[in-house]
Amino acid sequence: MKCQKCERPATFHITELEGGKHTELHLCEQHARQYLTQGEGEPGSAPTIAGALAQQLAVGQTAEELAQLDQRACPICGITFYEFRNQGRLGCPHDYVCFEKELEPLIANIHGETVHKGKKPKHGASGTQQRTELIRMRREMKEAIEKENYEKAKELRDQIKKIEATQE
Amino acid sequence: MELNDLTNTTGEWLRGSGPQADIVMSTRIRLARNLAEFPFISRASDQDRADIEKLLRDRVLKIREQSGELLYVNVSDLDRLDRQFLVERQLISREHAEAKGARGVAIGSGEQISLMINEEDHLRIQCLHSGLDVQGAWDQIDRIDDLISEQVNYAFHPRLGYLTACPTNVGTGVRVSVLMHLPALVLTRQIDKVFRSLQKISLAVRGLYGEGSQAMGDFYQISNQQTLGRSEKELVDQVTDVVPAIIHYEREARDFLIKESQQTLHDQVSRAYGILRTAQTISSEETMHLLSKVRMGINLGLIADLPMLKLNELFIRTQPAHLQKISGVELNTADRNIERARFLRRYLNREEDGNGGKN
Ligand SMILES: [Zn+2]
Ligand SMILES: [Zn+2]
Repeated sequence: MKCQKCERPATFHITELEGGKHTELHLCEQHARQYLTQGEGEPGSAPTIAGALAQQLAVGQTAEELAQLDQRACPICGITFYEFRNQGRLGCPHDYVCFEKELEPLIANIHGETVHKGKKPKHGASGTQQRTELIRMRREMKEAIEKENYEKAKELRDQIKKIEATQE
Repeated sequence: MELNDLTNTTGEWLRGSGPQADIVMSTRIRLARNLAEFPFISRASDQDRADIEKLLRDRVLKIREQSGELLYVNVSDLDRLDRQFLVERQLISREHAEAKGARGVAIGSGEQISLMINEEDHLRIQCLHSGLDVQGAWDQIDRIDDLISEQVNYAFHPRLGYLTACPTNVGTGVRVSVLMHLPALVLTRQIDKVFRSLQKISLAVRGLYGEGSQAMGDFYQISNQQTLGRSEKELVDQVTDVVPAIIHYEREARDFLIKESQQTLHDQVSRAYGILRTAQTISSEETMHLLSKVRMGINLGLIADLPMLKLNELFIRTQPAHLQKISGVELNTADRNIERARFLRRYLNREEDGNGGKN
């Protein structure tokens, strides 16, 4: 079999899941290397399956809907849906809750299922919400320090310490 | 145990003696886990990363009693060569080597276990076993995961399971991968048929190995795509069930080749062996390609004087970072190719100092 991009024999056979279907690539070594290293060195631009899929799924929406959706940000970590679409990586565990509606078709597309069937952590998943709050509080504390609002930063630091202490 | 000690050892997974080791090089399972109280890595501040690293290092090292000695390496402190060395040994991913900020890896003795902190997810647990041993690798990784989960709060959603930075890993966070050596299916041009049938049952195939895009002749990695909606046992069973079928096809193809064209095959294998023993300069790609042929030759009984373990060691030791660590100097590509050829000649011609610096 020949490389899809030149006359050399294809020694690399790569399967990619994209847009919910598999695509096969048959490439020579040089082109495989090129393909696999594309986007390297530019953080955030590396194509990920989730990112590519999120781009595709968004096509069905109107420009206006999309603009609105893209601007929505997670109250905990601050990531916008636009940022997720671009980098294919979520910002915090709460994103699965706050972007649930948008992520659902994406997850169904990737896995063909939407309900977990496997093991659960030994440590009960209780108090998840309080722990997630820590992410927001640490972010706000950092922002307060940047704005030189030390009063608020101190307040937040004390709250964080209190929560952390209850978890030990 | 120190990082440099690894130069003189061969990871347990390369010992070439696990079940079906003539065709299945290794079995790897990895788990993706995140802490509930920190943002995922893409949104983590430098301080967050440092806190995560400190917290997880502390918790991970506590499982030492049950999991044996663990070597902890601050990956952020390592130079390029040492990071590449760990990538070649499959102890960290290329992404982890090239990432920025606080991060580390805990390595179990025998190199079966590695726990990467601050990779794409806060914690990536990996178990690497020699040969086809999906169940064994799963039992080990499951135990480690339980031990750690007693000490931390994993990000977990009642309906979606373990939450991961990328939705492709959500649910179980389990990736089961089996690295297979399939030279006869390649030679008989049947490999594509195998690919197509695997895709139908949503298993992924990658004709790649180890160091990112480093070529490795005729090696294919088969892994599950789906991580949500199937239990860990189902994922383990899926791979366990399908691999023997591929082994069967590979064996049939080998029998066919031996019957139909033993002479050509023997010639190819002998030439490959000859080049490896006599070349004066050789690239890493060509080395992989030739080693693959020789490996098939050993399995088909065409080469009798080279044990599989020794051959397996060469796959690792001829990689760029390994060569440089063994020879003790940094080398450019051209010099590496000369050093690689020298190393191979000594190793394969059984000269006294040629056992890779073991003595
Ligand atoms: Zn090409
Ligand atoms: Zn978030």
